[in-house]
Amino acid sequence: MSKPLAPTGLNLDEPLLWEMGSPGRTGYSMPRRDVEPFPLDDDLLGEGPDFPDLNEMGVVRHYTRLSQWNFGVDTGMYPLGSCTMKYNPKINEKCSQLEGLAGLHPMLPAGMTQGALGLMVELERFLKEITGMDAVSLQPAAGAQGELTGMLLIHAYLKSCNVKRNKIIIPDTAHGTNPASAALCGYRPVRVKSGDRGILTTEAISEVMDEDTAGIMITNPNTLGLFEEHIKEIADIVHAKGGQVYCDGANMNAVMGMVHMGNSGVDVLHLNLHKTFSTPHGGGGPGAGPVCVAKHLLPFLPIPRVLKNDAGYFLSEDFPESIGRLHSFCGNFGVMIKAYAYILSMGSENLKKASQLAVLNANYIKEKLKSVFHLPYDRPCMHECVFSDKLQREHKITTLDMAKRLMDFGFHPPTIYFPLVVDGAMMIEPTETESLEEIDRFIEACRIVAAEALESPDLLRGAPKRCKVERLDETLACRQPCLVG
Amino acid sequence: MRYLPHTPEDIAAMLQVVGVESMAELFSTVPDECARRDPPDLPEPLTEWELCAHMAALSQKGAGKLQGGPIAFLGAGRYEHFIPESINYLLGRSEFSTAYTPYQPEMSQGTLQAIYEYQTLTARLLGLEVANASLYDGASALAEALLMAMRITRKKKVALSRVIHPHYRQVVQTYLAPAGVEIVELPFLENGRTDVSGVTGVEDLAAMAVQSPNFFGSIEDLASLGDMCRENGILFITAFTEPLAYGMLKNPGLQGAHISCGEGQSLGIPRWFGGPGLGMFACERQYMRNMPGRLVGQTLDKQGRRGFVLTLATREQHIRREKATSNICTNSSLCALTAAMYMASLGGTGIRELARLNYDKAGYLKQALRQTGFRIPFASPCFNEFVVEFPPDFEATYNRLLKKNMVAGLSLSPWYPELQHYYLLCVTETRTRAQMDAFVKEIIS
Repeated sequence: MSKPLAPTGLNLDEPLLWEMGSPGRTGYSMPRRDVEPFPLDDDLLGEGPDFPDLNEMGVVRHYTRLSQWNFGVDTGMYPLGSCTMKYNPKINEKCSQLEGLAGLHPMLPAGMTQGALGLMVELERFLKEITGMDAVSLQPAAGAQGELTGMLLIHAYLKSCNVKRNKIIIPDTAHGTNPASAALCGYRPVRVKSGDRGILTTEAISEVMDEDTAGIMITNPNTLGLFEEHIKEIADIVHAKGGQVYCDGANMNAVMGMVHMGNSGVDVLHLNLHKTFSTPHGGGGPGAGPVCVAKHLLPFLPIPRVLKNDAGYFLSEDFPESIGRLHSFCGNFGVMIKAYAYILSMGSENLKKASQLAVLNANYIKEKLKSVFHLPYDRPCMHECVFSDKLQREHKITTLDMAKRLMDFGFHPPTIYFPLVVDGAMMIEPTETESLEEIDRFIEACRIVAAEALESPDLLRGAPKRCKVERLDETLACRQPCLVG
Repeated sequence: MRYLPHTPEDIAAMLQVVGVESMAELFSTVPDECARRDPPDLPEPLTEWELCAHMAALSQKGAGKLQGGPIAFLGAGRYEHFIPESINYLLGRSEFSTAYTPYQPEMSQGTLQAIYEYQTLTARLLGLEVANASLYDGASALAEALLMAMRITRKKKVALSRVIHPHYRQVVQTYLAPAGVEIVELPFLENGRTDVSGVTGVEDLAAMAVQSPNFFGSIEDLASLGDMCRENGILFITAFTEPLAYGMLKNPGLQGAHISCGEGQSLGIPRWFGGPGLGMFACERQYMRNMPGRLVGQTLDKQGRRGFVLTLATREQHIRREKATSNICTNSSLCALTAAMYMASLGGTGIRELARLNYDKAGYLKQALRQTGFRIPFASPCFNEFVVEFPPDFEATYNRLLKKNMVAGLSLSPWYPELQHYYLLCVTETRTRAQMDAFVKEIIS
């Protein structure tokens, strides 16, 4: 046999779906046909899609095998910076699958959906409490849509003040989505450099903030894992010129119970329920990106909103100043259920403790690894720390090589080459749910990799060796795109 | 707290390494004016068992108190379909659900192959050459399709059928309004299809979008609309809320669509009070580099073995920043995986049969209502939804049916004030003939 059936041990070589199956098989229990065929115009009829026919076990084995080629938080430590890969509690999954919630049609009469509407109202209140903001919309389906919502809110608010502005300030430490979200509102990004301490200076903002600038998009804690210490003064500068402050709250996991966003001068803030509030990332969604706002932005929040009258909760679209609707229905309710269950399980004290431990874990890693990797900003960090490959580059070993080698030790690599302000960045966010032993193992793996970079660099250049595949040719994928089989 | 592993000894040892005295000192960079004085006012933490009881009680408020929910003839963008238990079971594989976007392909081949397969099945279902890895939902997928059409044509005017789901049209408005895009609304004909006669008179149109089956359930004559668009140099976008229809109907690609997009919830995803959904998105290959969202492509590893990676990233926000084709990053990956599992379970044979069963069942109820004397106002053919005109006093009947756990569809008058007493009804494979007979009997009693 020229081609082995299995490359290594249990790592089975699973074909593509359409390379399997046989016409006439099925993996589906066809419901009973209790009606006669209804007349049909043949012109409407197509041939039907060319899908392979598999039986039920064929489908189950296929996906079970594929799952074994994947690494998730349940597999091991996943210190992907700015993504908050914390443990996803299993009970929350069960809650989201309760028939009375999962099977709920969004257009049922309000009387039949009181449980769901009540949950949304309570979750809004929880998020208001946690952030210190005045009102919340749960509708945005992800962080980037939350950002877009934030920009639309600012746009609508300024319009209501008869102000038209064309620019928005975006620091170099912002998330990549920020400029793209702002562009949808017609705002031209104005890049601002962070100071030599890795945070924004009031001077830099004063210099660019003018009366053609709608405001600032600021990530706090920022993508270097540092708290923007001058956020209040920066907000004052922006407000004085009639601008608004949008805060990217993707890194809220660092500051629950510790920071009051409302008092920090923030006008609008988005959260990622799939980061801070433990809902699973799903291999790239679905997430949820609620926005929290100060009082003056409340009239502009997306519709529908949940209101209450004598008969109970109901959905209302009667907000004439609203920016409109962003989602087919009310947002990712299935995700909201999990975040709600998480907050109920944690309570105020444990949320605060989670943030403290997240920050403790990151600072511990920073201290333990700063002798091994170059640390561009040697300051107390929040929930993540950012190293660079400056020391290893002298030996022609890059961040990419080290990231790939970490896989061979059973760890997901950190976020790499981001933020852009650090050349060859490695952004490590351990989260609070990793234990001291696991973190020590990760540190040890990093130390070994750093040592190998000097002693046996080819091990790194050839890594990974213990995954389903070796390093993949991304240039080929891009030059000759093959998106369907 | 079981999610927090640190013992007091761990904390003490770690604080010492960091060189601070207390947890509070870790936050020394937070200025006083930003620091919280009082803790957030949240309920006392619940045990796992208390949480279970609380959530069970919550889920039983309203419709949930009925075993299996109400007997609803309600679609309008969210559809009740049976979901094979094998899919629920497979979604429990947390190697899929607890991973993130496959930035590191070597340890994400499961997600990547599954999404590549999803893209392929989607492209085949819609009859187009390429599909992306998913967008949030049908509504934002349509908004993204229109933005894409404007990028391609460099024109800032689009035409939108009035029989596209009203919520989708609202979302399009939200996405397009700040950029000053002009939206031309196309009315509907007496037969329930879109009236496109006005389109040829509009200059500088980037795209025309229709939904099929449309919000009234009517199947649009896509082929002739496609011809018209292509003759006039307009991009033709076909949206959908019920992808199962293409298990039997001629697909959009065959009928001239440049882009087809919509909601994939029907493909194995629970209704979940409207979200998460699945934004499906496919187009002609020539527009591939203008697509929004993530794309998975096939490649080779160092040993020449087949593998998959995220590709064409130069379109995306993290590289192109404000010039990106979209701001989207996290999308609806697990829902795309679900849809792939569902399409794989049905197979080509199964999806044709299931689609036909939906069509026949809806036809059965339509016929029964017509025979009972109710008017079916729109003559064009339908898939699993159709409109019926009930008598002016029907609201009382609607409420009486609710008490018997039956939901008589959706009144159209909130969105179409001229269509008083018109109701949109939906019948999928989950409704039995006995339920439909009982429903008709209740209406006329």
